Amino acid sequence: MNWNWGSKRMGKVFFLLLVREARLMFRRPGELVNPLVFFAIVISLFPLAVGPESQLLRTLSPGLVWVAALLAVLLSLDGLFRSDFEDGSLEQWVVSPHPLGVLVLAKVLAHWLFSGLPLVLLSPVLALMLGLPTDHIPVLLVSLLLGTPILSLLGAVGAALTVGLKRGGILLTLLILPLYIPVLILGSGVLQAALQGLPTLGFLLWMGSMLMLAITLTPLAIAAGIKISVGE
Amino acid sequence: MNWTWFHRLGSPKWFYGISGRWLPLLSVAAVLLLAAGLVWGLAIAPADYQQGNSFRIMYIHVPAAFLAQSIYVSMAICGLVGLVWKMKIADVALQQSAPIGAWMAFIALLTGAIWGKPTWGAYWVWDARLTAMLILLFLYFGIIALGQAISNRDSAARACAVLAVVGVVNIPIIKYSVEWWNTLHQPASFTLTEKPSMPASMWIPLLLMVLGFYCFYAVVLLMRMRLEILRRESRTSWVRAEVTQLTGRKS
Repeated sequence: MNWNWGSKRMGKVFFLLLVREARLMFRRPGELVNPLVFFAIVISLFPLAVGPESQLLRTLSPGLVWVAALLAVLLSLDGLFRSDFEDGSLEQWVVSPHPLGVLVLAKVLAHWLFSGLPLVLLSPVLALMLGLPTDHIPVLLVSLLLGTPILSLLGAVGAALTVGLKRGGILLTLLILPLYIPVLILGSGVLQAALQGLPTLGFLLWMGSMLMLAITLTPLAIAAGIKISVGE
Repeated sequence: MNWTWFHRLGSPKWFYGISGRWLPLLSVAAVLLLAAGLVWGLAIAPADYQQGNSFRIMYIHVPAAFLAQSIYVSMAICGLVGLVWKMKIADVALQQSAPIGAWMAFIALLTGAIWGKPTWGAYWVWDARLTAMLILLFLYFGIIALGQAISNRDSAARACAVLAVVGVVNIPIIKYSVEWWNTLHQPASFTLTEKPSMPASMWIPLLLMVLGFYCFYAVVLLMRMRLEILRRESRTSWVRAEVTQLTGRKS
């Protein structure tokens, strides 16, 4: 595989793919909103389930926000490669001269920009509703900014492996949720630490290094998964 | 180094023949080791000065937990071999290992829960090791489910291989993050790890049990693989001859 990043063409293809994804997304704005509504509904279920006591909700808020964000990302991942698989775009990617890893990276980046990033932007509102103190909002934002791309990248591995299956949705969650656990632990851990007044930088650095690891390694696994699904 | 043995592994027929010769040896070793370890561990070894006789479940729990972890790693190695060298035997080994590994993880969790009741006073605590084993069980379920969901045999094998490799990269991260999580939430954790150092009369039977479990795994895996090979190669003449010889009638 020739990873020639220096060539102008590769960069152009990457950019063109991003534009294509953006155009496709904005033609179906409903799909942009769905994960956000899901996120909001799941968050508002918890006070109804555990009671409106504000002290309890504040203690639980880091975990609640993270679990809800994780499920919302997972929900949006099911369709990540589906339409491209059905209309044959994925086959064209596989036979194209460009490295598949870079193409899928563009795809996942677009997915994160249009479903992960809105979640991050919505999260402060919901966290405030759960009673998270305002001065911890920046920590929440940074942790979600570092964490949700990892969720998108790891989830794309599962989406690539299950795209050819009729009922891939529940299988996808089964494959991917165990792999999400470190992100969940670190992401809610950083907020717990902030609530207890402990330093948070170490957690964030850990999440940053996990993000780097995910960006480096997962495109290879996603590409392998797509080749398997397309070849079937 | 001579690599002929590795290239020969590419041939299911050769593997079938050689595994037929290993199987009796491994079975005898497994039975002897397990019998010696069980009798020694359950009857002869001295009772623990703190836990009394309840610690004896360790002789099942610890080998099962060992095996659950090493089976996953061996599956990832098989997956890598299958992806790189396109070796059918590695695919078969990966898929046939997964249920054994899941059972081992389940046994480790079950015995852990039974052991936890008299020792910690609860069947389940969110201890780092227990939680990591539970996640490992979920990872096994994922691989089994993926293998069953994909109908094409080769695609299923390759998909499982990719997932196993991704999982094995994640396992250390999961393990350390879970340990970290545990120290965050429960500073005064139950110290299963800081046991008083065991006398030889306690750890030798444990060692026998661990070795016995590994031999047992090898026996079950080889038997499952041989069956799967017969199923996959059922159209070839050597399998027909083999089946005719085994059953005594024309297949």
